[in-house]
Amino acid sequence: MSNIKKIFTDGLFDKNPILVQLLGTCATLAVTTSVSNGLAMGLSTTAVLIFSNVFISLLRKFIPGEVRIASYVVVISGFVTAIELLIKAFLPEINKSQGVFIPLIVVNCIILSRAESFASKNSVLYSALDGVSMGAGFTLALVIVSAIREIIGSGTFLGMRILPDSYEPALIFIMSAGAFFTLAFVVAGMNKILSAIKKKSQKEGK
Amino acid sequence: MKEILLIAFAAIITENFIFSRFLGICPFLGVSEKPSTAAGMGFAVMFVMTVSSALTWLVYEFILVPSGLEYIKTIAFILIIAALVQIIEMFLKKFVPALYQALGIYLPLITTNCAVLGAALLNIQNGFNFIESVVFGLSAAIGFTVALLIFAGVRERLRFATPPAAFKGIPILLVSAGLIAMAFSGFAGISL
Repeated sequence: MSNIKKIFTDGLFDKNPILVQLLGTCATLAVTTSVSNGLAMGLSTTAVLIFSNVFISLLRKFIPGEVRIASYVVVISGFVTAIELLIKAFLPEINKSQGVFIPLIVVNCIILSRAESFASKNSVLYSALDGVSMGAGFTLALVIVSAIREIIGSGTFLGMRILPDSYEPALIFIMSAGAFFTLAFVVAGMNKILSAIKKKSQKEGK
Repeated sequence: MKEILLIAFAAIITENFIFSRFLGICPFLGVSEKPSTAAGMGFAVMFVMTVSSALTWLVYEFILVPSGLEYIKTIAFILIIAALVQIIEMFLKKFVPALYQALGIYLPLITTNCAVLGAALLNIQNGFNFIESVVFGLSAAIGFTVALLIFAGVRERLRFATPPAAFKGIPILLVSAGLIAMAFSGFAGISL
């Protein structure tokens, strides 16, 4: 039971893929111009992550060590293609707004890193849970970054105007420079929280 | 000729892979410690991206399209890139050991560089012909190298900076990258 709890605190907080491990920064910076874009990217990556974790965990005893990375990449790109086709068929608008970044989930380091460091060593159930938790952590971080950018940069949240009309949107937050600044501040905030927790636990330890 | 120049100019300056398309951020943050390593990575990427743009275009046009398999392009491209990197590595090791010494450690990293796969996919998405694809791959890589070199220069200075504790490490790098991106966005209005 404590294992399962650890899987979830790791994914959402302690080892959050974006805020702590800084994996998958390309997608984070590129698609967070609005909350709906960030959410779409987060959910599609989560779906790929769960499927690839389960599949790689099932095959972990059959894949020879020397070619494991190549095999993982084939499994991952298969699922990415499936998700891409589904999105194209049922959610054409999202396909348009995400552009080339849906197929680029293949080279998102989060997925390969979970395959290598978790799914190849753990049972199917744990790997599936790890996929859910890492995916949730990724989605959460994307939503935080994109909410900041959308609220400040266009005064809206999920497309609805929430700031008064007199507010002049700071366009820089929608532009590329704003992506770097927002992520910098979010990661710095996370560093602050983590170091505060560390200090507290050290004090209690004494 | 004008189209070719336009593609090159856009890929290097106005739609720089790092600062406006956000492709290849991991190596951008990872190997920009010193200008010399940045240049090494830059040249390795230039080499791989030009060859892979040509190869993926040929495979797509002459194998995938005739057999109606366009939808597996992502899988096909990532395998081509991985195999290509491996072949280049073996070739350099055997025939140009000096170059292998210089680029060797960067080559395996390139497989997971999303700029390389990104360029291959963008070539198809934009409907480029063969020459345009090769030019796009090369100039996108030049843009990547320029960004890497500028950032490596900035990082040399950053070593002596004293940011707040929470900003140490990655956050201060992101802030600096954002400032350079701001400078690059000044080019956005230019059209030839």
